[in-house]
Amino acid sequence: MSNRDVLITGIGLVSCLGEGPDAHWRALNDETAPPRIDSERFAPYTIHPLPEIDWNLQIPKRGDQRQMETWQRLGTYVAGLALDDAGIKNDEALCASMDMVVAAGGGERDEAVDASILEASANRNDREVLLNEKLSTDLRPTLFLAQLSNLLAGNISIVHKVTGSSRTFMGEEGAGIAAIETAAARIRSGQSNHILVGGAFQSEHSDMLLGYELGGFLHRGEWKPVWQRQGSAGGGLVSGSGGAFLVLESRAHAESRGRKAYARIDSVLSNRIRRRDGAFEAELEQMAENIHRPAGETLVISGASGAHSATGAELDLYERARALAPRAFSSRTGHLKEAQFPFAVALAALALHNGAPYPPFDPETERPVADAPESVLATTLGYHVFEGMALLGKA
Amino acid sequence: MAKTTDHLGRPLVAVTGIGVVTSLGVGKGDNWAALTSGKSGIHRITRFPVDHLNTQISGMVDFLPSSTKGASPLTFELAATAAEEAIGESGFSMEDFGGPLFLASPPVELDWRDRFDLYKAGKGETAAQRIAQAASELKTLDLFESAQFGSIADRLSEKFGTRGLPITLSTACASGATAIQLGVEAIRRGECDRALAIGADGSATAEALIRFSLLSALSTSNDTPEKASKPFSKDRDGFVLAEGSAALVLESLDSAIARGATIIGLMTGCGERADDFHRTRSKPDASPAIAAVRAALEDAGLDESGIAYVNAHGTSTPENDKMEHLSLSTVFGERIRNIPVSSNKSMIGHTLSAAGAIEAAFSLLTMRHGVIPPTINYDHPDPAIDLDVVPNVKREADVTTVISNSFGFGGQNTCLVMAREPA
Repeated sequence: MSNRDVLITGIGLVSCLGEGPDAHWRALNDETAPPRIDSERFAPYTIHPLPEIDWNLQIPKRGDQRQMETWQRLGTYVAGLALDDAGIKNDEALCASMDMVVAAGGGERDEAVDASILEASANRNDREVLLNEKLSTDLRPTLFLAQLSNLLAGNISIVHKVTGSSRTFMGEEGAGIAAIETAAARIRSGQSNHILVGGAFQSEHSDMLLGYELGGFLHRGEWKPVWQRQGSAGGGLVSGSGGAFLVLESRAHAESRGRKAYARIDSVLSNRIRRRDGAFEAELEQMAENIHRPAGETLVISGASGAHSATGAELDLYERARALAPRAFSSRTGHLKEAQFPFAVALAALALHNGAPYPPFDPETERPVADAPESVLATTLGYHVFEGMALLGKA
Repeated sequence: MAKTTDHLGRPLVAVTGIGVVTSLGVGKGDNWAALTSGKSGIHRITRFPVDHLNTQISGMVDFLPSSTKGASPLTFELAATAAEEAIGESGFSMEDFGGPLFLASPPVELDWRDRFDLYKAGKGETAAQRIAQAASELKTLDLFESAQFGSIADRLSEKFGTRGLPITLSTACASGATAIQLGVEAIRRGECDRALAIGADGSATAEALIRFSLLSALSTSNDTPEKASKPFSKDRDGFVLAEGSAALVLESLDSAIARGATIIGLMTGCGERADDFHRTRSKPDASPAIAAVRAALEDAGLDESGIAYVNAHGTSTPENDKMEHLSLSTVFGERIRNIPVSSNKSMIGHTLSAAGAIEAAFSLLTMRHGVIPPTINYDHPDPAIDLDVVPNVKREADVTTVISNSFGFGGQNTCLVMAREPA
């Protein structure tokens, strides 16, 4: 135990399963619940939609809500949940000295404007002039800000007054991995005392799905749990809307304000495996060893996306490393991209906090675990690139 | 033996390699020569038609092979070109750099040309369906990669053999400074003895121009492009959108000395503070910018008397320059009258995600060469901004310490402190 231990003292979660740590714990322990999916709206793709959210609860000013589209609202909302949960919300001094690392992609484009430009292009041979003409007159000025990657962090500063520092990492799942890794390293080294870290992803927009489909990553046809999509039509990934933010704190800082923690982050490993070189499986196994988990059975909160190659390699790891007992939460929430790793870490912390493993999310592939976990591994393998693992222990 | 730790006992961070590309040219040599002779790189836009556009000028980089190929390919080439120069100068291996990569780059989006092509090729009722249908039939990953936020850093990492998961970041117009800060912090934590920090931005598309234009952020001085960027002038009317890149090899001073590397300068302090006032405007009292500068000075172990030159953010927007003056005069008090403050953006425009890195590079060259680049186009001083802006002509000066400011949309304020040699 050390004063510089990295503790998780606040968790904000939103997914199709609901909002908050308790709702997620309950929903993930309900083995009979059917998947919460929508296969109609973006057919042929299935998504896990957002639950009903009352934005006013975390973003009281209508003016602030109007400046954002759903992605930024969602992230700002989830960040507020985490601050509330940590007892930091509305504490002016703690927010003003709080650091922040947000994992972000881009926001929503104006689909109607884009569609009108594309439709008009059918009858024009001067596309570039058309673009100037339409964009100059049809784009809403504020929409640009709703699209900018760092404006999720910007809105969190405005709405929740977190202003110690603000950094936005980009790069799909890797952004979330690097955000957690960097935040934990800063606390451990004394560069920061408390950090808000996380991300959000809004699937329910054609451009967000297009981002995956340009690489053929989206699953098609009937919905299946993550591990069972190998060989199915499409690329295996089912996207979801949601977000995860964590409040990380040094032990000394948490104790000084009398806060209990969910769990401790013992180590974080990130990687850029050269997957095409055929070293994927071997390097994954190496990572799982390098993180120095205790002997015996280890619960793994897996961020497996379903993407055929990456998820196949991860499944292969569990078939060889039998001590690892995976739970792929995207079978229940969908894949949350930048928020995937923060979400995995949050669910790992909840298992330690509640002193119980989750039941299998996919009983055909995942086996039950009997004992209360002493440490939990959280993993995220990018659907295309980048890998991360974190080992969490009891606070 | 020189002291290799700072006032807090942390490893001192040296800069042992620099690479730069701006509209003024490729490489430190060309850029420095142009910058110190007061030459502007701002010119009329030729990359796409300017019909219907209020702003028809920019500081685009039009002379690279990727200049016409879209934002992602150009941003990659800008970053790679600067990295090659920087790594080459440092003496590290060009294929096996051996430290982490921190890349400041613009958010990516599927290029309009590709959207048009997919729409034309696709089948379906709505535009979105047509595009998705065509996307699912693509035979290569080229378009996919062009719209992935992590791709450019991934390719740079592969090319230069950087270590681990490369970090791509955005703090808007402060991004380049944040990339450097992340590298400094990693070395201070002892995670590595070297890091590659790059800021690169090749995203001056028609849509980017229109978006900034709709926010009334851009100069419309179309008739005299080279005169359009006029920081601290009374008639300043917005920034000039520009492209460019800079790469810095950051290295622990211990490591640099041990291998006998040439030390260009030191990164001695980083400070930041977020603004909670507004999405595009700064708090009227400039308190976040003030706090960022003070945090940087404190991090470097200096007080207000320790700075010999300010490399300003100086965008040439009415609001930024006023706020920056307020923040500098608050931090430095009366002393600010005797500290030269100049803006590189008067010549290269605002290179957005790259600006913080490019201006840090120029700050280091300022100390090394003992020459302060001017603020050009300073023909009508703003009487409300009482600063020594090094008007129009370079100045020789013995500069031992510099701060470089970077401020961005979303309340981003970052300040870097650099020194010529260990204190």
